Amino acid sequence: MHQYIVKRILLMVPTLFGAAVLVFFLMRMIPGDVCELRLAGTGSTFDPASLALCQKELGLDKPMFVQFVSWVGGFFVGDLGTSMWTNQPIVSEIALRFQVSLQIALMATVVSIAISIPMGIISAVKRNTWIDYAVRAFSIAGIAMPSFWLGILIILGLLITSQAWYGVPWMPPITYVPIWEDWQVNLSMLIWPALATGYRYSAVATRMTRSAMLEVLREDYVRTARAKGLIEKVIVNRHALKNALLPVVTVIGIEFAFLMGGLVVTEQVFNLNGLGKLFVESVSNHDYTMTQSLVMLVALIFVVTNFVVDLLYAWLDPRIRYS
Amino acid sequence: MSSGLKTFAASVAVTAALALGLSGAMAAETPKKGGVLKFVVPDEPPSFDGHRETTFALIHPIAPFYSLLTKVNPENSSDPTDIICDLCTEMPKATDGGKTFTFKLRQGVTFEDGSPLDAKDVKATFHKIIFPGEGVSSARKAYFVMVDSVEAPDASTVVFKLKYPSSAFIPALAMPFNFIYDDAKLAQDMHWYEKNVLGSGPFQKFERQAGAFIKGTANPNYYEKGKPYLDGIEAIFAKKESLRVQAIRGDRAAIEFRGFPPQSRDDLVKALGKDITVQESDWNCVLLITPNHRKKPFDDVRVRRALTLAVDRWGGSEYLSKIAIVKTVGGIAFPKHPLAATKAELEQLAGYWPDLAKSREEAKKLLKEAGIPDGFKFTLNNRAVDQPYKIVGTWLIDQWKQIGLVVDQQVQPTGPFYDTLRKKQDFDVSIDFNCQSIVNPLLDVSKFISADLSDSQYGGYIDRDVDKLFNAMNETDDTAAQRKMMREMEKIILDEKALGFITMWWYRIIPHRSYVKGWNVSPSHYLNQDLANVWLDQ
Repeated sequence: MHQYIVKRILLMVPTLFGAAVLVFFLMRMIPGDVCELRLAGTGSTFDPASLALCQKELGLDKPMFVQFVSWVGGFFVGDLGTSMWTNQPIVSEIALRFQVSLQIALMATVVSIAISIPMGIISAVKRNTWIDYAVRAFSIAGIAMPSFWLGILIILGLLITSQAWYGVPWMPPITYVPIWEDWQVNLSMLIWPALATGYRYSAVATRMTRSAMLEVLREDYVRTARAKGLIEKVIVNRHALKNALLPVVTVIGIEFAFLMGGLVVTEQVFNLNGLGKLFVESVSNHDYTMTQSLVMLVALIFVVTNFVVDLLYAWLDPRIRYS
Repeated sequence: MSSGLKTFAASVAVTAALALGLSGAMAAETPKKGGVLKFVVPDEPPSFDGHRETTFALIHPIAPFYSLLTKVNPENSSDPTDIICDLCTEMPKATDGGKTFTFKLRQGVTFEDGSPLDAKDVKATFHKIIFPGEGVSSARKAYFVMVDSVEAPDASTVVFKLKYPSSAFIPALAMPFNFIYDDAKLAQDMHWYEKNVLGSGPFQKFERQAGAFIKGTANPNYYEKGKPYLDGIEAIFAKKESLRVQAIRGDRAAIEFRGFPPQSRDDLVKALGKDITVQESDWNCVLLITPNHRKKPFDDVRVRRALTLAVDRWGGSEYLSKIAIVKTVGGIAFPKHPLAATKAELEQLAGYWPDLAKSREEAKKLLKEAGIPDGFKFTLNNRAVDQPYKIVGTWLIDQWKQIGLVVDQQVQPTGPFYDTLRKKQDFDVSIDFNCQSIVNPLLDVSKFISADLSDSQYGGYIDRDVDKLFNAMNETDDTAAQRKMMREMEKIILDEKALGFITMWWYRIIPHRSYVKGWNVSPSHYLNQDLANVWLDQ
């Protein structure tokens, strides 16, 4: 097992390096640069000397290979540099957003698990009954509805209903307060995006749980358990569920990693100051250093999440552990 | 003030009062102290240095921390020619044949850290802006080409000496980016203000959470006694327009200072009724059409004239203003400014004729003469921003269809859009824009001078007649002569040589919570943003 872990960790290095090369050169293929955007973006006249000075200050006048070595070199000693747009240290800019994205990802995952596992099980156990149909309709609706759209509906719904009931329109706060500073404000802001994304996320996991459970419930050992006279609750919870969870864990793991950096539009709908919003802003501002660091962070999150999922596999399935 | 300026000032004041519904009783309301003004800002400033940046995203959250030497009158901000003192005590009269301006400064003004603000700080500030020196970036250096020197003969006097008399100087001085910095900090590090905020404005104790907000609290030592009325300000960054609208509806923010489209105004008014007040104004931003003079057939004046003759600006104004932030038909100078064309003058120019059918017939005739076949195809390069770019772009396609042209719209994000205009230069025809802070038409029209003299003229033409008129206009302080030259320049640009065209000027719509008082809309989203006069009626 130790060898397996070491091997997996070593494999992360070339994966991350490949991501670094890709993002560095792809970013520079996009026409335009941060200085042009900064100076010409308002359409007013500007001094061309300012453009040259800005490019020099940011090192954009140096050969691309030199820029790459400088960035990758900094990455290996933990220095991500400064944002080309705000000139602030990247580590502090990301750290701020990381806690927001992490909390949303965790809350959405909890919402998703709380919905998907019980519903997937019930749907499989009550196969082809009205309960199964209702669960399937609910989960298909979740897959079909983008979470940002659901988010917009939630905000509008809150505004309209609060105005109708209390005479004053209410919407969630739009500035983030950490949970340890004021848990009520924090949750009143984050619960809605967690519900919007958690629902969509649960829809995929519900479908996966249902199909995995159906497959497992047809297995010989389940029939044997029934033949032994075990009650259905024990058969489902103890014998079937644990085996059915393997693909579900994979789906939840991938979705969790996605939530950390991929809530691009949902974060904007709720004005969450998370990694997704930062990602969009840095790409549209041509902030190379910030975008590169964010891509590396998201790649790292995916690699680590996959690694954790693999370890969970081994815990859930002894055959993997022993092989 | 010249008679033209007086008429202009009076007309805008009346228009503003009518448009805003500001009754005498409302204007006489006694300001209340206290409260925090929360407002939404679409973007975050790249740095905190006003001298370096060009975006309103810097002005809205940062301007309240700084003083200016002069500023637009916050109580009459709809009149862009009404410039008053901020740190100075009296607007100076030019001496030395219009070439010297001597400003006397307020006494006892201090920066937030307690250090006194005097003439050497003002001198150091304008030196940084006008003569930035090596390694220092100044975005508005070009607006001060007329300045020869800035001197501080004593602690309370600043003297600007000009190379030639120029009416563009006083408006340039009042640009809202000209924050007064501490000489000592600049001497230490000319880049210090990029990452730090230290001013003498109505607010202090700058607090920032990257990507989320900027906060400030009232400056108890502010030199305008009794102001600011607010306890503090909070600028909340919110990229998505729908969220900014909902934030005002849900009272998470009281106002957004840039401007909303008509539909958002109507939605807010419908939802909140008397709790929403709407202020509107002509906007010193304009969408242009830039034909690429380097490319056939747009190097042919007949083709370019046909393009402008096809556009129904008067009709477009009526219909587009219902869905987009454009409205005002105008020439190259900000509409209603004394230097701008009147409606009668505009109607003499190609593309502004009252008889649209005649105009389009002429356009078809010109295309035929130039050998352009019916169904000729070209591409309109546009910026991937809905308001008002894509809407106006779509409208233009229909206008050109009326004279038999088939146009595709190529919509690009801002970075690639500028790359096409500045580097690739391979577009056929492009949307372009000119957005200025202080209304200063003499310099604002620099967008139209020859490409070898202007870095923001993307059509690629060289026209020395235009350059000569631009220089002559800027080197006199005779308003009548300036106006005459502006008309000549306009005729060359928009009509005779059809170098580039105006579509429509923008229209600024600010729906805000009715409890926000003391803030008046101006013709630019950069102006009147120190918030010293704002108070909350709660």
